[in-house]
Amino acid sequence: MKTLAASLTLATALAVMPQMAGAQDYPTQPITIVVPFTAGGPTDTVTRLVAQAMSADLGQQIVVENVGGAGGTLGAGRVAQAQPDGYTLLLHHIGMATSATLYRELPFNALEDFEYVGLVTEVPMVMVGRPDLEAETLEDVINFVREGGEDVMYANAGIGAASHLCGLLFMEAIDTQMTTIPYQGTGPAVTDLMGGQVDLMCDQTTNTTPQINEGSIKAFAVTVPERVESLPDVPTGAEAGIDGFEVSIWHGVYAPKGTPEEIVQRLSQSLQVALADETVIARFGDLGTVPSPAEDATPEALQAKVQSEIDLWRPIIEAAGVYAN
Amino acid sequence: MDIFSNIAIGLETALSWNNLFYCFLGVFLGTLVGVIPGIGVLSAISMLFPITFYLDPTTALIMLAGIWYGTSYGGNTASILLNIPGTPANAVTCLDGYPMARQGRGGVALLMTTVASFTGSTIGILLLMLFAPTIAKYALSFGSAEYFALMVLGLVAASTISDGSAVKGLAMVVLGIMFGTVGADIYTGTPRFSFGVLELTDAISLIALAMGIFGVAEVIASVRNVHPGDIDRESVTFRAMKPTKDDMRRSWFPMLRGSSIGAFFGTLPGTGPSVAAFMAYAMEKRVAREPKRFGKGAIEGIMAPESANNSADQTSFIPTLSLGIPGSPTMALMLGALMIHGIAPGPSLMTDQPSLFWGLIMSFWIGNVLLVILNVPLIGVWVRLLMIPYHLLFPAVLMFICIGTYSVNNSSFEVWLVVFFGFLGYSMRIFDFPAAPLLLGFVLGPMMEEHFRRAMLLSRGNFSTFIDRPISAVVMALTAMLLVWGVWSALKQRKRSRANLAPDPAGAS
Repeated sequence: MKTLAASLTLATALAVMPQMAGAQDYPTQPITIVVPFTAGGPTDTVTRLVAQAMSADLGQQIVVENVGGAGGTLGAGRVAQAQPDGYTLLLHHIGMATSATLYRELPFNALEDFEYVGLVTEVPMVMVGRPDLEAETLEDVINFVREGGEDVMYANAGIGAASHLCGLLFMEAIDTQMTTIPYQGTGPAVTDLMGGQVDLMCDQTTNTTPQINEGSIKAFAVTVPERVESLPDVPTGAEAGIDGFEVSIWHGVYAPKGTPEEIVQRLSQSLQVALADETVIARFGDLGTVPSPAEDATPEALQAKVQSEIDLWRPIIEAAGVYAN
Repeated sequence: MDIFSNIAIGLETALSWNNLFYCFLGVFLGTLVGVIPGIGVLSAISMLFPITFYLDPTTALIMLAGIWYGTSYGGNTASILLNIPGTPANAVTCLDGYPMARQGRGGVALLMTTVASFTGSTIGILLLMLFAPTIAKYALSFGSAEYFALMVLGLVAASTISDGSAVKGLAMVVLGIMFGTVGADIYTGTPRFSFGVLELTDAISLIALAMGIFGVAEVIASVRNVHPGDIDRESVTFRAMKPTKDDMRRSWFPMLRGSSIGAFFGTLPGTGPSVAAFMAYAMEKRVAREPKRFGKGAIEGIMAPESANNSADQTSFIPTLSLGIPGSPTMALMLGALMIHGIAPGPSLMTDQPSLFWGLIMSFWIGNVLLVILNVPLIGVWVRLLMIPYHLLFPAVLMFICIGTYSVNNSSFEVWLVVFFGFLGYSMRIFDFPAAPLLLGFVLGPMMEEHFRRAMLLSRGNFSTFIDRPISAVVMALTAMLLVWGVWSALKQRKRSRANLAPDPAGAS
């Protein structure tokens, strides 16, 4: 398998030789960014905002292509096999690292098949509960869960979803099991939470902020070290007195392995420009997140992130014994 | 009255030239997308999504929504004329629409379904305007136990959806359910019947299945028995569009019943126009005095589902707008358009953004009127589609089916699925297996499983949850009544036919 992969890489490298000459005047044609999810979701929104700003900097149009399916692995697999010429990129979230454990068979390797361009943003998550839950603080919630155990119903948006990961981490942090109720997507899960059919859920601020501010669900803690601007009254996990409950849905930009160094650098530089763009900052703010700082929008930072997150999630997912295929 | 000032705000927004233009563009594209089999509303909206970047959010939403409800107007055209559903929500319209077209009443069918669509939409919009927050709150009390009960009711009600052999019908429902089980089990992640194919872990797409079984199969079958001049030219003239008095009389109640069923299913996130259309058809057949007319060009069989899917299209905005929760991937896209512009969709949308909310709703009225104006004169044009020589028409239909299924996930795998289901559908035709029950099983089966298992998880394995919860109990009781009634009327009928048969067995028929 390894020799096959190696010879394939060599073959593709040979095939793109002529184009490499043009790396200096890159880009000379429109660029495609693959989003491995359907249009309209949070990742898609993030991508389109960044793509627009990057396209202004690069002077070429950037086309966003949605290749959804199998928890984002189909789209990532497609980019892994694409021409490494800098004209096909991938914007993927934390699933890049978790799929390495969640999927026992994958069409790509997150550590070997990509060049890293940089981190885009880290979307915080927030622990929320049904509106009539008799808990006001995260401490109440922890007591409620410890008392109720498996009678407590925790909703998630499907296996491998952000809400699934957050739940796993929470249960590990407080060392108590709840009953997990999977849904097909965030929409129906939040609906049932609002309707009081389930007790708890933890999802990205992008999906829950409006309902929290409206009071139709209760928020207990955000899962990042600092409070979130759009939810000023919600404490952090650490403030609420629980350690190890930090998780964010980070997004990164990738290129296929073998993409020339200078092109990757050019893209990374363009990403940094995009993340400093005022519109991008403002829209990210509306989504409850902030762009990654320039030092994180680099190949090194993203590579380190992917590596450390694979190591973080592997034991948690394996302990839970859930796999997506 | 508050509502009048809201309507005024809404009209002011919706009637601005810009919004009027994009509303027209939306419904026009919607009609087109609906007429062309294969290209569904989801692919159309995702393709146009990037444009919304450059538009004002209200305008963007008006356009996207126009595409959404416009497809239901256009979608019945291919169902009626070609026996190929324009969208899955129009599949059930084939059952009686196509026979009508064969009888030279295609024009009547198209005109009447436009009326049905408009009526359905009107009722849907009225509910949306007057009761959105109340309905949304009510919809929240539907948990998985309730959904499951509804699905059972639906399956029982629709069990007579096709004529012919009951065993074959049942077999097809089961086959549909089996296709529905393909993919990763949402509770455990275990891949079922995926044969190691990563694409199959995502389940079979409804578009691919519907387009294969109905679309491709129809094309193959038609190619086999093409008779040039099959359609007589008389049936496409403007005069032939005029419905008879009998048509009108028969249409009223199916339209009203269809609209109510559609409105109901539209408000529940997770169900939608396809389920609504099936239920409405099943309901009509149940209440009909002569159920035998169904499947042979009964006008009730097109009026009910076509008003139901439009009504559901409109009321599905209720949970989307008043709770900020999308009930379907298409609705998620529309909310995405709002989020890109920094508008948080949610319960406060109505109060924070009145011009957006009411502007959108008023644009629904305008859009629906535009659709009627657009559709009635176009009927003549559409019917002439049948005049296109088949050697041009069918390749074009196949091409559009391929483009449509490909574009949802930009995946060629889905196109292969269409090919597979095309052959399956054609074999089913040869052996006289009905396609509608298969689609019904495919749509309802996975939903039933999902909700049943979730209800079980939530009640910690207690079956009485279906009876303890009041809404679920009522629905279950209705189902039981329907079953008893079905058995009773079948017995009565048998007794009667036996009584008829007894004195003169030879002359009974």
